[in-house]
Amino acid sequence: MSEHAEGQQHPIGLYFKVWGLLFVLSTLSYLVDYFQFQGYLRWSLILLFMFLKAGLIIAVFMHFAWEPVTLKIALFLPILAILVFIYFIAVEADYTYLNRLIYSLGEP
Amino acid sequence: MTTDSMTSRAQDAKPIGYWQKMVNDWSADKEAFQLSWGKLMMWIFLLSDTFIFSIFLISYMNVRMSTTDEWPLASEVFALHVGSANIPLLLIAIMTFILITSSGTMAMAVNAAYSRNKKLTFWLMVTTALLGASFVGMQAFEWTKLIVEEGVRPWGNPMGAAQFGSSFFMITGFHGMHVTGGVIYLAIVATKVRLGHYDQKGFQIVEITGLYWHFVDLVWVFIFAFFYLW
Repeated sequence: MSEHAEGQQHPIGLYFKVWGLLFVLSTLSYLVDYFQFQGYLRWSLILLFMFLKAGLIIAVFMHFAWEPVTLKIALFLPILAILVFIYFIAVEADYTYLNRLIYSLGEP
Repeated sequence: MTTDSMTSRAQDAKPIGYWQKMVNDWSADKEAFQLSWGKLMMWIFLLSDTFIFSIFLISYMNVRMSTTDEWPLASEVFALHVGSANIPLLLIAIMTFILITSSGTMAMAVNAAYSRNKKLTFWLMVTTALLGASFVGMQAFEWTKLIVEEGVRPWGNPMGAAQFGSSFFMITGFHGMHVTGGVIYLAIVATKVRLGHYDQKGFQIVEITGLYWHFVDLVWVFIFAFFYLW
């Protein structure tokens, strides 16, 4: 508990480094659009920069990296349900899309 | 914690491992989370908020995948005329940088609060709130441009799939409301820091406020990637 009583003790330089990194990553993800990358290259770059940015914000700015492991697990496990949900809804969306195509083709 | 029962388990000499620590936290006859309730509740609230924004983004994924119409090109819809040039996503990029900058000033405010520098904490939080307010202002500008000039409505738009408008207004509207709420929250806590309301209790409230603010920035990272760039 002593750590929490004292609060966060990180050198201010750490925040500036993360800040700078977030600026660089944001610029890179903007350039993905600016240079009009397409297809899988575009999607993988967008996801890569997104996860790096999100990771930095959560780990350092939100201080998550230094939290007790009990809290980390309690917050991380429910997120897995979101991934399952994404999969379910993607399957459903494919089904809807196929039905719309079939309908627009005018099959009986 | 009952120290005698712990030491009798013949593990007193060994340092406690990563997973062992979690098992101990959950199996000990006391509260599992060694955090102040305020911070824990903020984390749990943010987890529930994560689900809300996930549902918005997942429903956006659903309508975008299932529509047979062409999805409007975000890069062109959100382009800004500067002189004669048409720069794609310029306003969105500026908004992104503003929100990241506000996250940086917020992190420094937390740092200042724990070194009990009240004046610096106050001004850093005010800066954060002002950056947040300018973000909302730009969003208002963006919405106006989209509604008045581009003719985007929740039920349709001239560029393509009708679901574009409803997804856009729902997701960015809800995020904008979070930013607005955050600005008010920051203003209140900053004022209370200034007035010395936390001198006795300690300044963890600044960290808790910071958690909320960083979360708002975090959500924008996902909206930026999935709605504007994808």
